Amino acid sequence: METVIRANKLTKRFGDFVAVDEITFDVHKGEIFGFLGANGAGKTTAMRMLCGLSIPTSGEATVAGFNVFTQPEEIKKNIGYMSQKFSLYEDLSVVENIEFYGGIYGLTRKEIREKHKELIAKLGLEKEANHLVRSLPLGWKQKLSFLVAIVHQPKIVFLDEPTGGVDPYMRREFWDLIYDAADKGITIFVTTHYLDEAEYCNRVTIMVDGKIEALDSPAGLKQKFNVPSIDEVFYKLARQAKRSGD
Amino acid sequence: MSAIELKNITKTYNKGTVLAVDDVSFSVEKGEMFGLIGPDGAGKSSIFRMLTTLLLPDKGTATVGGYDIVKDYKAIRGILGYMPGKFSLYQDLSVEENLTFFATVFETTIEENYNLIKDIYVQLEPFKDRRAGKLSGGMKQKLALCCALIHKPEVLFLDEPTTGVDVVSRKEFWEMLKRLKAQGITILVSTSYMDEATLCDKIGLILNGKILSIASPADTVKAYPEKLYALKSSNMYKLLTDLRNHDCTVNCYTFGEYLHMAAKCSEQEIRKYLEECGHAEVEFKEVTPTVEDCFIRLLKEKSNNGNGNKSK
Repeated sequence: METVIRANKLTKRFGDFVAVDEITFDVHKGEIFGFLGANGAGKTTAMRMLCGLSIPTSGEATVAGFNVFTQPEEIKKNIGYMSQKFSLYEDLSVVENIEFYGGIYGLTRKEIREKHKELIAKLGLEKEANHLVRSLPLGWKQKLSFLVAIVHQPKIVFLDEPTGGVDPYMRREFWDLIYDAADKGITIFVTTHYLDEAEYCNRVTIMVDGKIEALDSPAGLKQKFNVPSIDEVFYKLARQAKRSGD
Repeated sequence: MSAIELKNITKTYNKGTVLAVDDVSFSVEKGEMFGLIGPDGAGKSSIFRMLTTLLLPDKGTATVGGYDIVKDYKAIRGILGYMPGKFSLYQDLSVEENLTFFATVFETTIEENYNLIKDIYVQLEPFKDRRAGKLSGGMKQKLALCCALIHKPEVLFLDEPTTGVDVVSRKEFWEMLKRLKAQGITILVSTSYMDEATLCDKIGLILNGKILSIASPADTVKAYPEKLYALKSSNMYKLLTDLRNHDCTVNCYTFGEYLHMAAKCSEQEIRKYLEECGHAEVEFKEVTPTVEDCFIRLLKEKSNNGNGNKSK
């Protein structure tokens, strides 16, 4: 099995505060990897290091074969990233956003043209193609920003709470897109507060106070903690957390 | 007298071109916890803003605590607590300064109503000198609730208070709401977490500015028209696609570790079909729908009517 993310004792300190404390894990190609934890557990800091946005204090990590200490720019070219907070330009139309991101990631004009047809068709947004993104409902925006995040066929896509505030029907349509991408070999690294979504992942980690306290398949976790749902696994672990603060 | 009452409230934006709230009527009794459940853009926040006198309706009337939202807006502002969807406290003031500020605006003191916020505030006290902007999501939400409560409101409006907050904090938050309700405070709350809907006395499902149903969570679930099955096998993706292609399937979707399937035919017929498709060892059981199932059903209907999307 090909490994696309490898983290070994990866650590980030801010002064005396250890935000991420020696986390070690591997993520395989095509895997949907769920990264859970309470607010303030260190998920975002860990993700920023893996995306090449923050240099770790110590430890080792490679992402898509590149070293997070020495090759952050290479990492950025080979990953996709989507968060709930910032993803698309609201004042550009659907098509303009696709063209913009396609251009940023170095696609040719021909590739961009093909991509925009493909994505618009996939989302059924033919009528809205020239509307400003601002006018789209949140669920559609999230789906579009996911497809834009993988417009350059990255090896890995990082999704930071992609479905926050989205209704249950749209959340499921969003996950259909995730499955489709994973099926095509894109590795998915996803954080969420909806614990039913943890069940859709191949493996799940739960971070507590900067450390990885559990890492297994959803079924394996439930068995290990002897509880019927991931909710309860999470609750058992996260309740022990000593720190709170993002 | 109801604590909150809306009669035929309509609100449009952009000179009448965008219909945000469409002829909405409902009432919330004193001491009740009423959940407004709907997707983004359904009109929930517009309703909150009209009831909190921040926005005028185009048509219709509404009262809060017996006061008219247009004529008596000043009186209403004194009796309501409001926690908007977007964090709206002063980021550059400390926890304590924010609370003092809101108490002063309402001509009271932190001490006067301390008993109401005590349970929540003790958790914030270690950070009382920290700036509000530097708090974690869960802590911000607790502070916002304290500020909304400091003048002992009769009616509390909470617009998606738990969006983006982790499970542990969400549970704690709902424990706090229960205690506030026990003290007789009427609560109108909106959420996108369906498990939270179950904790309300009554829920209103809202879509495209229209209320689709108002009932207790138990009655909402009872009104589900089809049989609902939960299924699980080693190849979930094939199971899902096969079930969606079956004639008697009304709807089929993932639900945690299971698939949920609303169907018009019997268990035997479905089992036979699955055997024909080559599925061995499928775990199969009839289940009671949850509020989430009911909501998915309504959203699916809307999407089928809306754009002719025939996917199941």
